Amino acid sequence: MQTILTVDDSPSMRSMLSFALNRAGYKTVEADNGVAGLEAAKKQLFDLVITDVNMPEMDGLSLVSELRRLEDYKFTPVLVLTTESGDEKKAKGKAAGATGWIVKPFDPDQLLNIVSRVLG
Amino acid sequence: MTVAQRENLDAEINLSADCEQYLTFLLNGEEYGVEILKVQGIQGWTRVTPIPNTPDFVLGVINLRGAVMPIIDLRKRFALSDVSYGPATVIVVVKVVEHDKERAVGLVVDAVSEVYNVDHHELKPAPNFGGTISTDYIKGLVTVQDKMLILLEVDGLVNEGVLGLVSDQLIQ
Amino acid sequence: MFDDEGMEEIKQIFLEESGEGLDIMEAGLLNLNLGEADLEVVNDIFRAAHSIKGGGGTFGFMEVSDFTHGVETILDQMREGKRSVTQEAVQLLLETVDCLRAMMDSIRDSSPYDEPRINALKERIEILLSSDNEAAVAEGAETSEEPALPTKQLDSDTPTENGQADSEWEIQFQPHPGMLQNGNEPSRIFRALAGLGELKVTADTSKIPVFEELDPDCCYIGWTLRLITQEPESNIREIFEWVVDECELIINKVVGAQLENVELAEPKVVPIGNSGDLQPKQSEKPVAELAPDSEVPKVAKVAVPKQPVKPDVDSSKKTGGNKESSSIRVDIEKIDSLLNLVGELVITQSMLVRYSKDCGDSILGELRDGLEQLERNARELQESAMQIRMLPIKVTFSRFPRLVRDLGLKMNKKIELKISGEQTELDKTVLEKIGDPLVHLVRNSLDHGIETVEKRRAAGKPDTGVLHLSASHEAGNIVIQVEDDGAGLNRERILEKAIERGIVGEDEQLSNDAIDNLIFQAGFSTAEQVSDVSGRGVGMDVVRRNIQDLGGCVDVHSNPGVGSIFTIRLPLTLAILDGQLVKVGDDTYVIPLLSIVESVLINPERLSFIANDSTVYRLREEFIPVLDLKQTWQQYVEVDNQEEKDEEKDEEKEEVSESNRLANKLLVVVEADRKRYGLVVDDLCDQQQVVIKALETNYKNVNGLSGSTILGDGAVALILDIPSLMRLYFKNEAIDRMATIAS
Repeated sequence: MQTILTVDDSPSMRSMLSFALNRAGYKTVEADNGVAGLEAAKKQLFDLVITDVNMPEMDGLSLVSELRRLEDYKFTPVLVLTTESGDEKKAKGKAAGATGWIVKPFDPDQLLNIVSRVLG
Repeated sequence: MTVAQRENLDAEINLSADCEQYLTFLLNGEEYGVEILKVQGIQGWTRVTPIPNTPDFVLGVINLRGAVMPIIDLRKRFALSDVSYGPATVIVVVKVVEHDKERAVGLVVDAVSEVYNVDHHELKPAPNFGGTISTDYIKGLVTVQDKMLILLEVDGLVNEGVLGLVSDQLIQ
Repeated sequence: MFDDEGMEEIKQIFLEESGEGLDIMEAGLLNLNLGEADLEVVNDIFRAAHSIKGGGGTFGFMEVSDFTHGVETILDQMREGKRSVTQEAVQLLLETVDCLRAMMDSIRDSSPYDEPRINALKERIEILLSSDNEAAVAEGAETSEEPALPTKQLDSDTPTENGQADSEWEIQFQPHPGMLQNGNEPSRIFRALAGLGELKVTADTSKIPVFEELDPDCCYIGWTLRLITQEPESNIREIFEWVVDECELIINKVVGAQLENVELAEPKVVPIGNSGDLQPKQSEKPVAELAPDSEVPKVAKVAVPKQPVKPDVDSSKKTGGNKESSSIRVDIEKIDSLLNLVGELVITQSMLVRYSKDCGDSILGELRDGLEQLERNARELQESAMQIRMLPIKVTFSRFPRLVRDLGLKMNKKIELKISGEQTELDKTVLEKIGDPLVHLVRNSLDHGIETVEKRRAAGKPDTGVLHLSASHEAGNIVIQVEDDGAGLNRERILEKAIERGIVGEDEQLSNDAIDNLIFQAGFSTAEQVSDVSGRGVGMDVVRRNIQDLGGCVDVHSNPGVGSIFTIRLPLTLAILDGQLVKVGDDTYVIPLLSIVESVLINPERLSFIANDSTVYRLREEFIPVLDLKQTWQQYVEVDNQEEKDEEKDEEKEEVSESNRLANKLLVVVEADRKRYGLVVDDLCDQQQVVIKALETNYKNVNGLSGSTILGDGAVALILDIPSLMRLYFKNEAIDRMATIAS
């Protein structure tokens, strides 16, 4: 079973991600900020990381660049949750090393669609 | 002849949609019934802690497995003759619902009688008994084995007929 | 998927969290310094708005998301330093917070939104956004364009192309070397393309360097893809969406003939399908290590200088320092059931203790030890369970900065709000119920206490008045004070009014404090003073009553010209109570220890009987009204046990004089509303902590009682609510004067 790390400071967003992903047969681990996410990623190897951008402690973009520095996460897909569809924000995400993005709002089907795209 | 048949308390009965089981009890020689689904249990007599500033038919409260529950004397409520309480006195604990709030209330009765299956089609409207017990609190009358049962609307009886009167009788 | 239960639950979480988010926004906005805003604070506010917007959209509350969008834009501009923090903007944002709160309420009750209010605010947000500000010029256009809409709208493709017929496409895809390091694997892209139609992949390995120069983390292969599909170009481009900046991508529609030509020209065709294996097998280069797979290239990784990750993480930890309180959400019902259980345990324990007293001495030693331990355990368990219900009073205090600010503006007074002790914890229920009385006291202090700037100047005081809200623990109680440096209470006026209303006799001599505290008397209407701010027809007596209902008390201490201090004392919890058990006839009652001043043996000579059934007792130099519960409540006591009823009747027949009847009984002196009363009891029993069981659970609330408890022997004892009991029986203030007459 593939395991996905979801990082978001909003409990409802985390619940929603887990809810949709678990249903589709993925295992999920939740973290509520970048620092916690990074800790979790070091403890366990995830198949995919989905992270929010705006978070306290460590934001999503910093998390992505930190992850990319880890040998185990060099090639791991990392998706960034963003409300900004503006190119500038996307470019920042890419620059930090994100694989791609999921634009909020999204519904569970859209989410699974995108996730299946990276996890196959 | 009678459609409603007497059944054993713990027998597995195949109830039709219109049938309901009633637990009956005796009060001053009359037999009253409450829906068995409303009955939470039957208690022996125990010391009651009287509550001041309450109507006389609220005897007080008792401890029912950690919950403080009021005891209502139906004889007094129905203005029947007084009887002293003793080991034979029985408390029927009923659950009543009012606006989503559930309460457990103990009703003091002379004795518990039987459990009957009652077909709702057999119910006859209650005649007006006069002031003490409004027909609103009576679902209807039914004859079972040549006995007349008075089936109580227990939610209405307790909520309006008992608790509804409490605040009105506060001592000024 | 949105309609099922799981989703409903998550929506609830969203509503709850949005409430918290709005609190953060409000607190943050109130903390903002105009002009040069603290970036951290703006960021916090932004983040909260951002989450509400994102969640609103995700959970189907588009109106919320839509409304928050403009708010977020304003905050984003402030955050980026592109918009200055003006009074106007902060005020508008605060109003949007209120509006969002109302929207959340509407969602919760499934009631319609207040459309006019929402639209009016939206309009003001638009005006602000388009207002003359650097932001409007610099980036206003870009940010306000960001829609809370699905992604696809940017596609400029002609809609005529949602083709029914197959088209054939040639895609030239040359990733930049670093593309793999963002986690984008070409094979995934190809798989997605294959999902659109029939795909053929040709690899171009010509760019792979010689082995020595090869970085296995890089991608050197280019691909030419041919796709036969009905899908429009936009859908093909969407698949490359994430990598479009990291590759050279050319997509061309081809006609049949050209397609064939190209195919012939490029012989290395690898059909894509089951294996997903992209290694161009014909290649002579060592391509095995080029496969875009994280596991393969480990051979060469030694050469890559590793980034020292650890120090960075540590530093980020240092700067952060988890300030967010880590907490879990627990249904209050679960806690209550835990508390009930623990309560049971305490009862069982005291029952066992009782039994142990009846036991013979032989087995006692060990049994007693065990029981002592049980008692300790139970007590600790009870305390820690109780602790779960405790919240810092901050939750309640946090609404005051806003209130004080708004009222200050409205009344044109300068007010500084000081808050201290906001970490002081108290029971959630008490916390919720103390809010309204506190608001009333604060409004009162702002309205009647703190003077206008002119008056303050005239009195030689600084322009800015200070309102100090504080909380602290004191001997098992929580003490909350509302202190202002205003004019103090107008004693002459209060006394005048009290006499006018018959609350006080004309020739009565009252201490200053006693006069001040008259404002809490029922009937002491402040009708003349009713203002927009503190009026609203609610008097101080209601404040006092609300506080008393919580088992607490309130008083005021005022110093003319200097200010007033309102002090509220509350029990920490409503779940347990320190009580004195007393016997009245056969019944045991619990008197809260907090209410008891002292207990004395009744000396019949000190009793005076006035009028019909009024009794006073001379306690030292003071005359205190006496309440004989047994007599007052006799009719109810009678109901209980028949056998004893007869005895009682005999007793009555003796027609003993009142004095004699009360002789040898005890008088428990209690205090309520700063007055003393005596309660006649037959005996004093233990003092103990009792678990409060509301009568309302299965019955109703009863005047004069604050609830009931279950004693060690399993019997129910009623808990007396002293203030309400005294109000019940000494309603007419005549009793006060009666005391005066008696003296």
